[in-house]
Parts: sequence; C-alpha cells; structure tokens
Amino acid sequence: MKTALDPRRLLIGASAPVLALLFAVAVTSVVLATAGKDVWLTWQTLLQPQDFRRALVLTINQGTYIFLSALAVAIGFRMNLFNIGVDGQYRMGAFAGAVVGGAVTLPTGIHVVVIILVSMVVSALWAGIAGLLKVTRGVSEVISTIMLNAIATSLIAYMLRRVQVPVAGSNNIGTKPIPGSGRVPGLGLVPGTPAEIYGLVFLAIAAGIAYHVLLNRTRFGFDLRATGRSSTAAVASGVDVKRMVVVAMLISGAAAGLVGMPILLGEAYSYSITFPAGLGFTGIAVALLGRNSPIGMALAALLFGYLNVAANPLQILANVSTEVVAIIQGLILLSVVVAYEVVRRYRIAAEQRRVAREVQEDPVDSDGSGPSPAEVRA
Amino acid sequence: MIAGALVLTGCGGGGNSTSNSTATSSGSSSASKKSDLKIGLAYDVGGRGDQSFNDAAAAGLDKAKSELGVKTQESEATQGEPDSAKEERLRTLASAGFNPVIAVGFVYSAPLVKVAKEFPNTHFAIVDDLAVAPNISNLVFAEEQGSFLVGAAAALKSPAKHVGFIGGVDVPLIHKFQAGFEAGAKTAVPGIKIDVKYLTQPPDFSGFGDPAKGKTAGQGMYDAGADVVFAAAGGSGGGVFEAAKAKGKFAIGVDSDQAKTAAPAVKDVIITSMLKKVDVAVFDFIKSATEGTYNAGPRVYDLKAGGVDYSTTGGKVDDIKSKLDAYKADIVSGKITVPTK
Repeated sequence: MKTALDPRRLLIGASAPVLALLFAVAVTSVVLATAGKDVWLTWQTLLQPQDFRRALVLTINQGTYIFLSALAVAIGFRMNLFNIGVDGQYRMGAFAGAVVGGAVTLPTGIHVVVIILVSMVVSALWAGIAGLLKVTRGVSEVISTIMLNAIATSLIAYMLRRVQVPVAGSNNIGTKPIPGSGRVPGLGLVPGTPAEIYGLVFLAIAAGIAYHVLLNRTRFGFDLRATGRSSTAAVASGVDVKRMVVVAMLISGAAAGLVGMPILLGEAYSYSITFPAGLGFTGIAVALLGRNSPIGMALAALLFGYLNVAANPLQILANVSTEVVAIIQGLILLSVVVAYEVVRRYRIAAEQRRVAREVQEDPVDSDGSGPSPAEVRA
Repeated sequence: MIAGALVLTGCGGGGNSTSNSTATSSGSSSASKKSDLKIGLAYDVGGRGDQSFNDAAAAGLDKAKSELGVKTQESEATQGEPDSAKEERLRTLASAGFNPVIAVGFVYSAPLVKVAKEFPNTHFAIVDDLAVAPNISNLVFAEEQGSFLVGAAAALKSPAKHVGFIGGVDVPLIHKFQAGFEAGAKTAVPGIKIDVKYLTQPPDFSGFGDPAKGKTAGQGMYDAGADVVFAAAGGSGGGVFEAAKAKGKFAIGVDSDQAKTAAPAVKDVIITSMLKKVDVAVFDFIKSATEGTYNAGPRVYDLKAGGVDYSTTGGKVDDIKSKLDAYKADIVSGKITVPTK
C-alpha cells in the first residue's frame, strides 16, 4: 500500500461517484426523452430551485434523518450484518418516545433527553431480538428483521389504538402531543427564508463523529470490523463473536432509535398514522452509496434529500412524475455500485502494470524487496 | 408507474408564468374568466389511477377541465414522505399561482393549515377533513349514512343472516363506513351476524389497492358463512368481487357505482354500491370557484345533499328498494341518527 494522499489514488477514488452520477444523468435523460418529456426543463427545474434557500433548509432536514438511518444500517454492515429492520426499529422507538414524551412533564432539555433515550432503548431492544435469534437459533438477521418490521407495523397500530387522541377535526389519530418542554426548536441558520433547520441536526453530526471514533479508534470497533471481515479469524484472536453479534445489533438499533427524533421533536410532536415510514430502506441505499464512511453517507444523504425535495417542483413545474426521482435515485445507486467495481478493477490492473514495469526496469531486484509476480496477481 | 404517465395533461410551463398571476381573494373578487382559473390538486398516496378515492377526485377535476375550461395541475404524494413534503407540495402549487388548490385526503390536514396561513390570498379545499382556516373549504362526507343503507341491503339479501365488512386500512375514516354498515344491518335484521376484517394497518396503506389481499379476506368470510360482503377497501375490492364470484355469493361496492366500473366478469355479484361522490364535490367546488361563490368552512355531502347514496345498477336490490328508501327518508328527516363509530 502506498500513502493515502497519492493524488493519483485520490483521483481514481473520486472518479467512481462522479462517473456514476454522470451515467445516471445520461440514462435518466434517455428515460425522460423516451417518455416524451422536456429533458432540458427537467434538469433546469432540478438544478435551479425557485427558492434556493428554502430548498437548502429542506435538504438539510431530510439529510439529517436519512443520514441517521444510513448510520444505523452501516453499523450492521461493518459487522457483516444486514439490518433490514432499521425501518421497524425506528418506528417502534419513535412511537415509544412519543407516548412517554406526551405522558410525562419534565423540565426543558431533560424532557428531550428522556424521549431520545426511550426511543434508543426501545429500538435497540427490538433490534436485539434479531441478534438473539441469530446467536441462539441461527436465524438469519435478514429474515428476522424483515419479519420484525411487519410485526412492528401491526404492534404500533394496535397500541396506537389504545393511546390515541383524535386530532381535532381530522380523520387522523395520533399519540398525545409532546408539550413544549420536550420539543427541539428549529434553527434559522439560513437567512432569507422562514424555513428552519431541525435543531437535532447537531445530534446527527455528533452521531456521525461517534460512529467514526467507535469503529476506528476503539478496541471494540477493531473487534467489530475484524469479525465483519472474517469471523473465524476473529474467534482465533479471542473475540467472542456471539456477543459481538448481539452488541452490534443493539448499537445498530440504538442508532435507529435516533432516526425518527428530528421529525418527532422538531416537526410532528406526535406519532400519528401519517408518521413517515420507510426511512430504514432509504438508509440502506444511502449506506451503500456512502460506502459506510460517515462523510460519504452524509453526502449521499444530502443528495437523496435534495432529490426528494425536488420531487414536488419537478411534478408541478416540469410535469415530470415523482417516479422519475425514484428512477434517478435507483440509477445513481446502481451505477455507483458498477462504477466502484470498474474503478477497483482498473486500479488493480494499473497496479499490476506499474509493478510489472518496475520489475522490468530493475530486473536484478530478486531478493524480496520488490513484489513477486505472485503477490502482484493476488 | 402508470399513474405517473397519466398525470401529464394540462398546464405546460407553470414555472415561467408565475410572476403575473395575481391570486384572487376568496369569494369577494369574482367574475374571473373561466379559462383564467388554474386549479392545483394534490393527491394522497396512489394518485391518479388508484381506481378509488384519488380517481374519484381526478374524475371531478377532468369534468371541470372539459366543461369549465379551467387549467389544472396535479401532484401526488409519495409513500412514507414527511409532513414537510406535503407542505412543500401545497406551497409549490400556491406559489406557482394555482388558485384554488385542492388537497385530497386527511393526510394534508396539518400541512394545509400551515400553508393556508402563508398564502392568505389563495383559496384551498380539503377532502375528508375539517382543517380550519379562513381560506379553507372542507368537502366532507357522511359515509356512515350511505353505509347504513348498504348495510340494510346486505342484511335483507342474506338468507343465512350473516354478512361481512372488509375495510381497506384500519383508520378512523373507514371506521365510519363500518359503524354505518353495522347499524344498517342490525336495524334491518336484528340479531344478524357481522364479520369485520381490515386488510392492513397504517402506515401500511396498501390495503386500499391490493386485490390479492381483498380476495383472501373475501374467501375467508364467504367460507365462514357470510352471504354478502361490503368491500370498503378501494382498489382491493376487486379481489373481494372475485371471491364472491368464485363462491357464488354477493358483494357490495364502494365510492363509485362499481356494478358499472368493475371488471365485466364480476359485475353481476355486486348488488349495490355505497356511493361517495368525491367527484361531485370536487367539481362543485371548482364550479363555485369559477363563479367566485365559494365559502370557507365545511360543506357536508350527506344523504340529504346527495353526496352519499346507494346504487341500483343491475336491479339486484329492486325488490327491497322501498325499504331502503324508507330508511333513507328516515335518515334525511333525522328520525334515524346513524352512529359514526
């Protein structure tokens, strides 16, 4: 391995997402043209929001919870666990947080902390079920978390019926609204627009830093990554793999508990039947796109957030249906995966050529200081 | 996806023509030329093409477009979006100069109240919700009254004294259908057995558009001995009709006259439908907008106003029509009060 700051390597590294984006743009344009849409107007509407400042705020807000969702998924990924259950976990957590938050009276600040902790604990326990099933009964977490998502939906619907308060004059029902002391005010960080950024954007940033430190700077993080790479090797070096599976699921679940918080505490104040569902799946896509790196996932979350925000203007101003946004998101994801593979192969081939050239130029180097052909091929 | 391709009629470049569009204040300023009116309409999840609630609103919009010459723009919700996205949809429509803006479904309740405040000169309407603001009209329905009539019809048509209710999604709106249906059935035939089943729980709203789920639930009910099943389940009702056909039993449609709109093979199992005339409400509202005569506040579409009713297509309830019409008269006169939950 050469130094990480080799400009050539950086260039190759950055080329994958850029290539993917260009490819996605090209294919989307073809789709639009085939459907008889105004391709130019579509991109113009997408890239030049009418109210840029508002779009920026909305993008950051969407990015906040999409990022948290990606983080929860990524913790599992690093451990080679596919936690599809983030969706059910965050909804269970947000529902429990909303019920507790609406029922108690606490001083400002403490109230918020209590709601967040309740949500994290409940989400973690819900994820822990899948972890326990995996280590005790060998149930694949893919299957169990999907099942737990469905159970969460029914369980929340059942419990919501028990605690519901009708929303005045509406056919909606929800939990008792959280009082002012449990709300997180928005921040008017962007001048020139009344739209406010979720106060909990800082929670997302802190969670991103915590994720980086936990995985890269602690013994636990090393064990987790080692187990993810090869559980047999991890066992050989003294890691209790079963314990790691359960703990990783608990942490992934606890992170999932944060996903609903910006919406619950910054916008909705109540868990109603219109509370957003499906964010866990967006998180999977964004974790893949961001390659589990906190910066990468943050950028990917903002990109997805921006595309979601653009869906309405696209429909109303450019006459392009919302499905086009889903197509763009899917294409970006697909082409990123392909581009990374292409770039990976190119990098290996380039490395091989370089080494072959060096070996040719310096044929006397046969005492092991240069790489052997076998090493190069590996 | 097909729905997406269909939402493409009307009003091309809304983006460029926004600056000169001055919003007419509600009610007072009038006599706008018919073609000047730009109607914005925001659908619930599913949008145009859901063969149910959203399609009914779309029908009203289409009628307004062809008969009144208004320009229209549609926009639909995506599954799992937050309230801020709904707000943004209404805001984009309002700021692009669409006036009035119609929100279809109670999910727009809270977002609409916020946006209505930001655009005091734009008039809004919301279907199925009582959100309050000086510039919001509420188009609400007495679903329980129409459901009472089809409940009575089901009971009178059941030799086994056993009927069923299949709700699309377990939400308060559909509970109104259930309450009316049960009250009607019990009034017509005291001691009747009523089975109840909901296809999905929120936030899973697929129960309004999944015929396979409807078919399974319908088969279960007919196997358990029910003769007539009321499918208050939007697009899932098609599956219930198939189950009825397979078992040689009967079913009741919802929202539109499904003995006319359902697949030809199953039309003859539909003895009647609970009509909920969202299309009429939407058209009426747009018409009053073109005349500048709309008012804020609720407009209740009940039996009396003809907003809900039962259908007679196919002639399968002709023999009990006099009884049903007697119930109808009693409800209209207030002699019978139908419960809503």
